[in-house]
Amino acid sequence: MYKVKVYVTLRESVLDPQGAAVKGSLHSLGYGTVEEVRIGKYMELFLDEKTENVEKVVKEMCEKLLANPVIEDYRFEIEEGVVQ
Amino acid sequence: MKFAVIVFPGSNCDVDMFHAIQDELGEEVEYVWHDADDLSRFDGVLLPGGFSYGDYLRTGAIARFSNVMKEVVKAAEAGKPVLGVCNGFQILLETGLLPGAMRRNENLKFICKPVQLIVENNETMFTTEYDKGEAITIPVAHGEGNYYCDDETLQRLKENGQIAFTYENNPNGSIENIAGITNEKGNVLGMMPHPERAVDDLLGSSDGLKLFQSIVKHWRESYVVNA
Repeated sequence: MYKVKVYVTLRESVLDPQGAAVKGSLHSLGYGTVEEVRIGKYMELFLDEKTENVEKVVKEMCEKLLANPVIEDYRFEIEEGVVQ
Repeated sequence: MKFAVIVFPGSNCDVDMFHAIQDELGEEVEYVWHDADDLSRFDGVLLPGGFSYGDYLRTGAIARFSNVMKEVVKAAEAGKPVLGVCNGFQILLETGLLPGAMRRNENLKFICKPVQLIVENNETMFTTEYDKGEAITIPVAHGEGNYYCDDETLQRLKENGQIAFTYENNPNGSIENIAGITNEKGNVLGMMPHPERAVDDLLGSSDGLKLFQSIVKHWRESYVVNA
């Protein structure tokens, strides 16, 4: 089995209102050194060991559904031989 | 004129849309389930608001892959009027029938209130019954209506007159106060405010009715002989 960790984040050029609110809150807690907060999504996919071209398939899934390329970037890590 | 109201799991403005067409506009309308595979018998397609597929992943992201969306794309390519309101607008963006994407509202709050819109372009098939620059009252109800597109797309929207409506007082942070846009051809309109909830003075405003009347007028002029 493959375990794939997918991280989806807003693109740098896109304002992240959630991140801005959390930054404000961290500042009010006294963590004034926080310069920026970006909030994203973390997904775990488990793929059958028979899956071919794992990297290609995951990339396709990201571009079709998991991320919206207009406003989001994605990256992923593949772990092989995972026992769920 | 015969309209389809597409119903996804989680649609909740489908009944409002149906009511607006049947009872206020006086045209034919049918509910169509998301797995339908033929829309050829309809003259217009309406994607209502709500929370299709629970808004999981992103608003509209999963609905975009519903079976019926292939047919919606076909209807759009055939030049039929396609209107997406609120979640329907988000689905049109995810489908790529309209450019851009939605972000969460700038203030992170769900906003539900009547707002003033300005009719920016009254030459689309959805807006001919309005005056250019007219201010109309239409309610919004959304948490993710902060429209975004890159500069190049924005420029194109402006040059082609694709910005149909703007907000007078931007409630959600949307770029250039955009509330509704059309595709280049002008037969697909997506908007966050709900015209179907403003079709009778009893509801607080009947300003939305003209939008539907514009569609019917255009259809009659185009397809009905001696109308």
